[in-house]
Amino acid sequence: MQFKTYAKTLAVALSLAVVAGCSSSGGTQEGNMDGTSGNMSGQGMTSGQGANGSQMNANQQRPSVNTIYFAFDSDEIRPEFESVLRGHAQYLMANPSVNVTLEGYADERGTREYNLGLGERRAQSVEQYLTVQGVSPSQISIVSYGEERPAVQGHTEEAYAKNRRVVFDYK
Amino acid sequence: MKQRMSQSLRRLAAAWLASLVALCLAANAQAQNLTIEITRGSDQAIPIAIVPFESQAAGGLPQDVAQIVSDDLEHSGQFEPLSRSALISLPSSSKDVFYDDWKRVNARYLVVGKIEPQGSDYRIQYELMDIAGGKRMLGETLTSSASDLRASAHYISDQIFEAITGIRGAFSTRIAYVAASGSGDNARYALYVADADGYNAQQVLSSDDPILSPAWSPDGSKLAYVSFESGNSAIYVQNVATGERLRLTSFPGINGAPAWSPDGRKMAMSLSKDGQPEIYVMDLASRQLTRLTNNRAIETEPDWSPDGRSLIFTSDRSGAPQLYRMPAGGGEAQRVTFTGSYNSDGRFSPDGKALFMITRDDSGFHVAKQDLDTSRVTVLTDTRWDESPSVAPNGTMVIFATQQGSQGVLGAVSSDGRASFRLPSQQGDVREPAWSPYLN
Repeated sequence: MQFKTYAKTLAVALSLAVVAGCSSSGGTQEGNMDGTSGNMSGQGMTSGQGANGSQMNANQQRPSVNTIYFAFDSDEIRPEFESVLRGHAQYLMANPSVNVTLEGYADERGTREYNLGLGERRAQSVEQYLTVQGVSPSQISIVSYGEERPAVQGHTEEAYAKNRRVVFDYK
Repeated sequence: MKQRMSQSLRRLAAAWLASLVALCLAANAQAQNLTIEITRGSDQAIPIAIVPFESQAAGGLPQDVAQIVSDDLEHSGQFEPLSRSALISLPSSSKDVFYDDWKRVNARYLVVGKIEPQGSDYRIQYELMDIAGGKRMLGETLTSSASDLRASAHYISDQIFEAITGIRGAFSTRIAYVAASGSGDNARYALYVADADGYNAQQVLSSDDPILSPAWSPDGSKLAYVSFESGNSAIYVQNVATGERLRLTSFPGINGAPAWSPDGRKMAMSLSKDGQPEIYVMDLASRQLTRLTNNRAIETEPDWSPDGRSLIFTSDRSGAPQLYRMPAGGGEAQRVTFTGSYNSDGRFSPDGKALFMITRDDSGFHVAKQDLDTSRVTVLTDTRWDESPSVAPNGTMVIFATQQGSQGVLGAVSSDGRASFRLPSQQGDVREPAWSPYLN
């Protein structure tokens, strides 16, 4: 993964903070073949755990982790990424003039237009999390690419897991 | 003597140069064109003999018209042309045809013809014979410029197809599709328009950002599509001949899935400007929008019934994507798909009696057909990653996007599922096919 891990203790402390109404679940159907839920054993994804660069002081650093991943068939924020989201929330709150675009993506399974909807749902789920934390909605915009612009090419479960994502784009 | 020799030498040199130029053009075109490969032939294909058209043209013809006709008919899935080596004689006129000879090689039909230069043009004469019935069915003479020879061949295919099947041919139509190459920051996207057989591919738009969902206007003059060039999805309408285009919608959120009404006056689309993707219809003259759906689900991929009175669309309001039908003016939506846990991207057959769609089963995503009267579903393909079905205007074939290894290719399947084809490209991934309406 491309991010550095630091402020681990702080992040762990933060992750104990109360999380309010953070995720919606909208029956997303990415299209698994076997009816079981996707294999989300991690494949490096869970290293996002505790990898947020947020600090409590006034000189907020922009978190270095800009991508969070989603389970198959889900727009729910996974617990291991909540600290990342809180880091972005604090950064945005400390810098009200900064805007972010949340890019929502889906894996390639299913039709492209439907997958635009799935990507948007994920980005909206992140937006909701951030606004509940106190970020002004005016700082956030959303664009869904669906299955376009995959992070990883390929038809493997591992590739799919890396493509079901929301990316923070600070321009 | 000397003069005659130099003249013939000059002619030879000219012919050589011309063939070289033709070769370069062909090589250039080859890189862009799609090629059709047969992946499954129909066991009910009709055997037909197509004799190479006789020609006295010096230096040969720029196009092998009979071969193009043969390929067209074979790629319809309904015919099985005899190989040229199996032809027992090479008549060019019905006068020279001995029906019993052709019966012996099991040809049900026979096509013969000749092509003569006429000034800078060509005069093409062709005839179709019913071997089993022992009669001439069709005969026609047409004039074609050299550059129109392929188009003339497709016209002949259309006439033969209709004379035998009673169904209008769709060989003179075109397909639009998206080609994608590179990845990450190097990704390039381009919208192409090609003849229905994959030839004459022309790029009509290129972009660093994704392009998807091309849709032909009912008169075949324009394409609507979704492009991300402005940083978000937006629906554009482009004149195919002139390249002139306009941005129709660029609302916040998703601007997707454009679909022209059969009269060309309205466009159905999916917009998420009010929170989540909903079906809207825009009156194209006034740009006025009417919202047709309203709930928390993803609603997208609208398609108009051929009579323009209703729309089908994909909705996951039940928890998984399924197809629904509603009046085009708004009203209650009725679920139409109940087989399987994933049905999306529905397209009406031209007679309005069936839907083609993407359905998921244990082995992947396939093109399926659902009869609207009986609700019977037939899975038509055995490829695993099918998307974006688009129906030929005569309803006999469905073109779709699929995967071959890690490459995106176009596939086609006859609407009875008996014959299937693959149309790979030399230029990376191809996807998002859209079959044009009749253009003549």
